[in-house]
Amino acid sequence: MKLHELTIHHAHELLRKKEITALELTQAVLARIEAVEAQVGAYISLFPEEALVQARAADKSLAMGTCGPLTGIPLAIKDLICTQGLRTTCASRILENFIPPYDATVMQKLKAGGAVIVGKANMDEFAMGSSTEHSAFKPTRNPWELASIPGGSSGGSAAAVAADMCLGSLGSDTGGSIRQPAAHCSVVGMKPTYGRVSRFGLVAFASSLDQIGPLAKDTTDCALLMNAVCGYDPNDSTSVPEPVPDFTTFLTPGLKGMKIGIPKEYLPAQGLDPDVDQAIRNAIRRMQDLGAECIEISLPHTRYAVAVYYVIAPCEASSNLARYDGVRYGFRDRQADDLIQMYRRTKSQGFGPEVQRRIIIGTYALSAGYYDAYYGKASQVRTLIMNDFKQAFERCDLLLSPVAPTPAFPIGEISDDPLTMYLSDIFTLSANLAGIPGLSIPCGFSRNGLPIGLQLMGRHFDEGTLLKAAYNFELATDFHKQKPRL
Amino acid sequence: MDFEAVIGLEVHAQLKTNTKIFCGCATAFGGAPNTHVCPVCLGMPGVLPVLNKQVVEFTLMMALAVDCRIARQSRFARKNYFYPDLPKGYQISQYELPIAERGRIEIEVNGTAKTVGITRIHMEEDAGKLNHEPGRPVSLVDFNRTGVPLMEIVSEPDMRSPEEAGAYLRKLRSILRYIGVCDGNMEEGSFRCDANVSLRPRGTTPFGTRTELKNLNSFKHVEKALHYEIRRQQAILEEGGEVVQETRLWNPDKNQTFSMRGKEDAHDYRYFPDPDLLPLVIDDEWIARVRNSLPELPDAKKARFEREYGLSAYDADVLTAAREVADYFEACLGEFNKPKVVANWIMGELTAHLNTENKSITASPITSASLAGLLKLMDTGVISGKIAKTVFEEMAATGKTAAAIVEEKGLVQVTDTTAIENLVDAVMAAAPAEVAAYRAGKKKLLGFFVGQVMKETRGKASPDIVNQLLKKKLEP
Repeated sequence: MKLHELTIHHAHELLRKKEITALELTQAVLARIEAVEAQVGAYISLFPEEALVQARAADKSLAMGTCGPLTGIPLAIKDLICTQGLRTTCASRILENFIPPYDATVMQKLKAGGAVIVGKANMDEFAMGSSTEHSAFKPTRNPWELASIPGGSSGGSAAAVAADMCLGSLGSDTGGSIRQPAAHCSVVGMKPTYGRVSRFGLVAFASSLDQIGPLAKDTTDCALLMNAVCGYDPNDSTSVPEPVPDFTTFLTPGLKGMKIGIPKEYLPAQGLDPDVDQAIRNAIRRMQDLGAECIEISLPHTRYAVAVYYVIAPCEASSNLARYDGVRYGFRDRQADDLIQMYRRTKSQGFGPEVQRRIIIGTYALSAGYYDAYYGKASQVRTLIMNDFKQAFERCDLLLSPVAPTPAFPIGEISDDPLTMYLSDIFTLSANLAGIPGLSIPCGFSRNGLPIGLQLMGRHFDEGTLLKAAYNFELATDFHKQKPRL
Repeated sequence: MDFEAVIGLEVHAQLKTNTKIFCGCATAFGGAPNTHVCPVCLGMPGVLPVLNKQVVEFTLMMALAVDCRIARQSRFARKNYFYPDLPKGYQISQYELPIAERGRIEIEVNGTAKTVGITRIHMEEDAGKLNHEPGRPVSLVDFNRTGVPLMEIVSEPDMRSPEEAGAYLRKLRSILRYIGVCDGNMEEGSFRCDANVSLRPRGTTPFGTRTELKNLNSFKHVEKALHYEIRRQQAILEEGGEVVQETRLWNPDKNQTFSMRGKEDAHDYRYFPDPDLLPLVIDDEWIARVRNSLPELPDAKKARFEREYGLSAYDADVLTAAREVADYFEACLGEFNKPKVVANWIMGELTAHLNTENKSITASPITSASLAGLLKLMDTGVISGKIAKTVFEEMAATGKTAAAIVEEKGLVQVTDTTAIENLVDAVMAAAPAEVAAYRAGKKKLLGFFVGQVMKETRGKASPDIVNQLLKKKLEP
């Protein structure tokens, strides 16, 4: 038995039965990282010593019987979630040496649950990108095809799970940044409802869209990680005091009576890869075989989603990233002669080109004379997109769609073409605009052997229904059990 | 040409909450640099603001005190600009939907009453402070003040003279202090004012081009700067020139305003709703509760003092300008119910003493009870008014009660008619020439005899009895 290949729930069983120790499990994962990290590049920072200390502590809890489902489980954390005392870079030069003085709320929860943090995962700088090529430090490679991107921005988190370099991970999703890399790496990834998981300690990209969520080897693990991180946090005014169910209770067989909406605007989408199209059509049939009723529904404002998103997200980002000015922490250009020059040189050298591009777009769109035409109009259309979903969910329980229009593309292929990159988010970013939950699960492979993901979207705070549908799909398929050859 | 000034004021009042507006750090003034800070107010990556409810409560109190309409739903917005004392690169403020709008304040200048409109009141966070090190090419930043809650109160351009602006500011500060939400100290910066001023030919309606005046650090400077700026604009207009829309800085050493930045250099703050904070919802119940908790306000108190205590408008105005003085006055009345006498002593002796000592009435060495004690001794004739002033000085110096001082120094007024009669006889016997002159019609000499008797008793003889006896004995 290869311990690093275990799922969280399986590892927990073995830990609980004392068949393995947390130390052995962590050592196995560290050895796996040692073996394949040079090829994959999933991590920005690794903390092997700290992880072993946490593993020993977990073994003590296990011995005393005071353990939870995550006790002793080695996890990876996207490098824009603050970890007290452990470097948090956001994959940016400007925070290259930043060590947070506090833990994000989700980290407090994971620590309290006895999880072992093996390292901080690579990502697109400040979560801006769909390929993890925009990391200031290195690209992450897709474990299924090392010449391809793993998706992004949580590319490191997805690749680490796919390559068994952790048992599960946390990412963040602003426009698809959990779901799209999960699809490209053939793992399960969930963007919870906006307000479900505290954003306190998540370095902000676009505050009204950002949400932390899990990436996991299967639906059960996804539910367990959701149980660990969800919940109201008084430190985040946008978190919602909604009761959190035990998500594993939704993992029961049978989809009878479930109504799945197929957005008619999504399937004949421009540039939809034929392999993706086929995999989705197969998935729809599979859902019908499982007892679900699939109906066509309409999301009439879909065609505006990319435009709305690429106004709102950069506007918020331009303000959120203003604080990186070299005054209090992070990189500062020390050659500058005066304040303005210090700002200019610090930001020009500290931020990569994609981040600078979005800051400039957002600053422009918020400027006097442009605000109404861009941010104001985008906010109005955002409401229309929300209403689309509201109306759709009057007719169905969840929506089914592709995650990305194509399988993972080769590294470097469209990194110089931001517009094509932006358009690849077409299926995922509406969920962020509407604040609804979205889930990506493996649903097939392209003729070249690259993974394809299936997206399920649900009503606000109804992650349970998504998990139930995904669990049933998983029971009927084995896509999630396949491993990349590394 | 005859010009009329048009003045509007923007006031920033620092709210007296214990903790900052979006985090739990102390607001205390004067700590060592960067000791009242945390990841939130330092703008660390990943932190989020959580609104301090007390800030809303205080702002509601002020908004209701000046008759504003309260927005049932208001929003925080980000005001984006770069400066080292602004850790997030934006200030959380309110923009399109402020918490309160359309209020008013009554002022009075030279006996003429006037209403000044309040355009809006909103909440925002303060910035930190830059300390420029003399002789070193660096500046140091102190973030203790970062996130201290401010309330911005914007007036309508309703004032027509620097004196009206002064009256508005004083009234505003008086209300803030009455409701206890701001200590109103201009010199320490807890009450700051910017002024917008323009001129127009008297009798016309359109506004002229305005300038904004900054760095007005005292009431005196506000009025002086406005006087200067009105003269400056008038001179330009009279020569046929045009006033330039700009921000000007008051230089109190030179008594002049200087251009700071023009319209074209004005910041584009790129305001947008802060996505980290939910819309602030205020329901009727909350408004009603705050309204009921408001204390009696200066205008109401003044009217009541005139009506209930028969005070003149002037006396009532002086006594109600500060709530502490009004409270002291009424506490005194509780023990000694002669409003006019109490008013005179507070406005006269007590105020003079406190001014000399530079003390507030709450730090007065003479409590309202002990002042009442003194006035009672005087009223019942135990001591004379003249002695009372001496006793007052002694009370102020030692903190002792009037009764104790009178007892200790033997200052009880002599009211024993026989004893005084003997003294009168002695004084008359010692001055036969003056007695003769008085009886010959030089009545003014009465004062001389009174003085002699009082001298013998070191002022303790009852002046009424002395007068009576002298008159009786001097008449042939």
